[in-house]
Amino acid sequence: MIKKLSNIGDCGVVCDFGEEVNREINTRVIKLFHHVKKEVLKGNLNGILNYTPSYNKLIINFDLEKINSSKIIDFLKSVDFSKLNFSQNSKKWTIPVCYDFEMDLGNVSRTLKMNKDEIINIHLNTDFFVYMVGFVPGHPFMGDLRSKLFLNRLKTPRVKIPAGSVGIVEKFCNIYPYESPGGWNIIGRTPTKLFNVQNESSPCLLSPGDLVKFQSISKKEFEKLFNE
Amino acid sequence: MSNYFFEVLRSGINTTFQDKGRFHMQHLGVTPGGSMDLESFSIANALVGNTSDEGVLEFAYQGPLLKLIKGRTKIAITGNVLFQIIKSNQETIKGECNRTYTLDEGDQIDILATRQSAYGYMALEGGFDIKFFCKSVSTLSRAQIGPNEGKKIKISDKIKIRINSKNKKNFSTKISKKNKSTIRVLKGPQFDYFAKESQKDFFSKEYKISNLTDRMGMRLEGLTIKNTVSTNIRSEGITKGAIQVPADGQPIVLLTDYPTIGGYPKIANVISADYHFLAQKIPGEKISFQNVELQEAEQLYKEHLNNISEIIKNIKEIN
Repeated sequence: MIKKLSNIGDCGVVCDFGEEVNREINTRVIKLFHHVKKEVLKGNLNGILNYTPSYNKLIINFDLEKINSSKIIDFLKSVDFSKLNFSQNSKKWTIPVCYDFEMDLGNVSRTLKMNKDEIINIHLNTDFFVYMVGFVPGHPFMGDLRSKLFLNRLKTPRVKIPAGSVGIVEKFCNIYPYESPGGWNIIGRTPTKLFNVQNESSPCLLSPGDLVKFQSISKKEFEKLFNE
Repeated sequence: MSNYFFEVLRSGINTTFQDKGRFHMQHLGVTPGGSMDLESFSIANALVGNTSDEGVLEFAYQGPLLKLIKGRTKIAITGNVLFQIIKSNQETIKGECNRTYTLDEGDQIDILATRQSAYGYMALEGGFDIKFFCKSVSTLSRAQIGPNEGKKIKISDKIKIRINSKNKKNFSTKISKKNKSTIRVLKGPQFDYFAKESQKDFFSKEYKISNLTDRMGMRLEGLTIKNTVSTNIRSEGITKGAIQVPADGQPIVLLTDYPTIGGYPKIANVISADYHFLAQKIPGEKISFQNVELQEAEQLYKEHLNNISEIIKNIKEIN
C-alpha cells in the first residue's frame, strides 16, 4: 500500500503512496491518517506531534526527544490496511454558496464555451471529496470536478480575495477561509465559517476525507447566514 | 483573573506570546508555531521557576517598553538582548540576560534591541494570565489564532500577570556565547531533482540571508540552484526547517510559522540541533550548509538537549 517510507529532516517521516492524484490513492492516505491519529489519541504513539495528509502522502512529525523515525517506520510497516475503516471517519456536509458573488464566471463561461447556469449546475451536482486541508487554517482542497470544467489558474493572481470565496482550478474546488491573495477562478461565496476560533473543541469545519455538496442561496439568504 | 498587569508603552516590532507550539492540528491547516528559539525560551522559563509549558513574550529586533502598573513580578530575559530597568524613582539599571530581576509597582522594563540576533524572550514568575487555544498560548498572527485575539502586542495593551511575586531572591545562569555560520542539514526528499553541480554548490558556497525573512520563512541569496526534473511537485506536508527551491533557484528555509503544505521541491532540511542558530540569524549574515546523516543528527539533538539541561541545572541564586 505504502510505496515508500523515508525520513524528512530528523523529526519527520514521509509515507508515499505513489505519484497519482485520485480518490482511491487519497482514500488510502486518509485511512492511514485516521489510524495514526487514533493511535496517538489512545496514547499508543507517544511523541507524535502532527500527521498531515496530502493528495498522495502522509507526513508524520514527531518530538525527537521521545521517538525517532526508525520507530515510526517500524510502526507504519506493521499497519494492516485491510483492517482500516474509512466511512466511519468521514462526515457529510452541505455548504451554502451564493453565485452572485462570482468574480470570474463571465470569463469562465467564455473559456469553456458554456453558459453560466450550466457551470453552476455542474458545480451544484458534484459530490466533492476533501483531499486535504491546509496551507492556512481550514482551507480545503476538494475534488473531483468533471473534465468539462477544467480551468487553469488566473495568469495574474488577485491581490485580495474575500473570505468565503469559492474557487475552481483543474479538477479541484477550494474555499478561501481568510481574505488573502489567490489565483483560483472565483465562482461564488459561502457565508459559512471554515475556521472558527470561538469553537475551540472543533474549530475547523472540514477534515480530510469528508464529503461536501454545495447548495445555492440568494444574496438575501447569504446576508442572513453571514450575520448569524 | 488577577488584577496585576503591565501596560504597553511601546510595542516593539514583532512582540507576541509564544510557547512550545500547538500540535495535532497541522492536518487542519494550523501550523505548530511556537517560539523561534526554543533554547532561549526554555531557559527564560526555568530562570523564573516555570516549567517549559508556560507562555513567554517573544520579541524581534526592537522589544517592548512595559510599565508594571499593579503588582510585583520577577522577570528573566534571554537571547542576546540590550535592555534596562527604569525604577519608579527614575534610577536605571542596565540589564543582563540570563538572570532574574524583581520589578516593583511603577517600574518599567525597556527592551531596547536584540544584538546580532533576531529574537529575545521575556518570562515571568507564575506566567502571563493569557487564554489557551487548543492547549497552546502561541500566537499565529497571520490566522489570528492564540491569546490577545491572535494579534501582536500593541501600544496601550494591558498584559495580565498571574501572580504577585513574594519571593525576593534572584537567580542566574551562564551560557557560553555561540554563533555558528555553518548550519547542518539532512538531504531533502527531492535532493535528486537538482543538477549535480548545484548539489555540490549547495554544500560548498555561502548564502546570504535576505531582508525577506520573518517567522514563516527565510529567503536566501546565492548561486542559483538548477533544477533538472521539475520546479513543482504535488503539494505535501511541510516540516520545520525544510529548504525549498522555487523556480528562481534561490532557496527558502521554512521556519516556525511555515505554511502546512507546499509544492516546491526540497533540497535539504535543517537538523533540529541547529535550528535555533539559523532562526537567530539576521538579514545580511552569511551561512553555509553542511550535510550530515540521520543518525548523527539524532545524536547531535541529544547533545543539544543535554546542553540545555546543564544550563538549567546551573541556575544559582545571586548573592
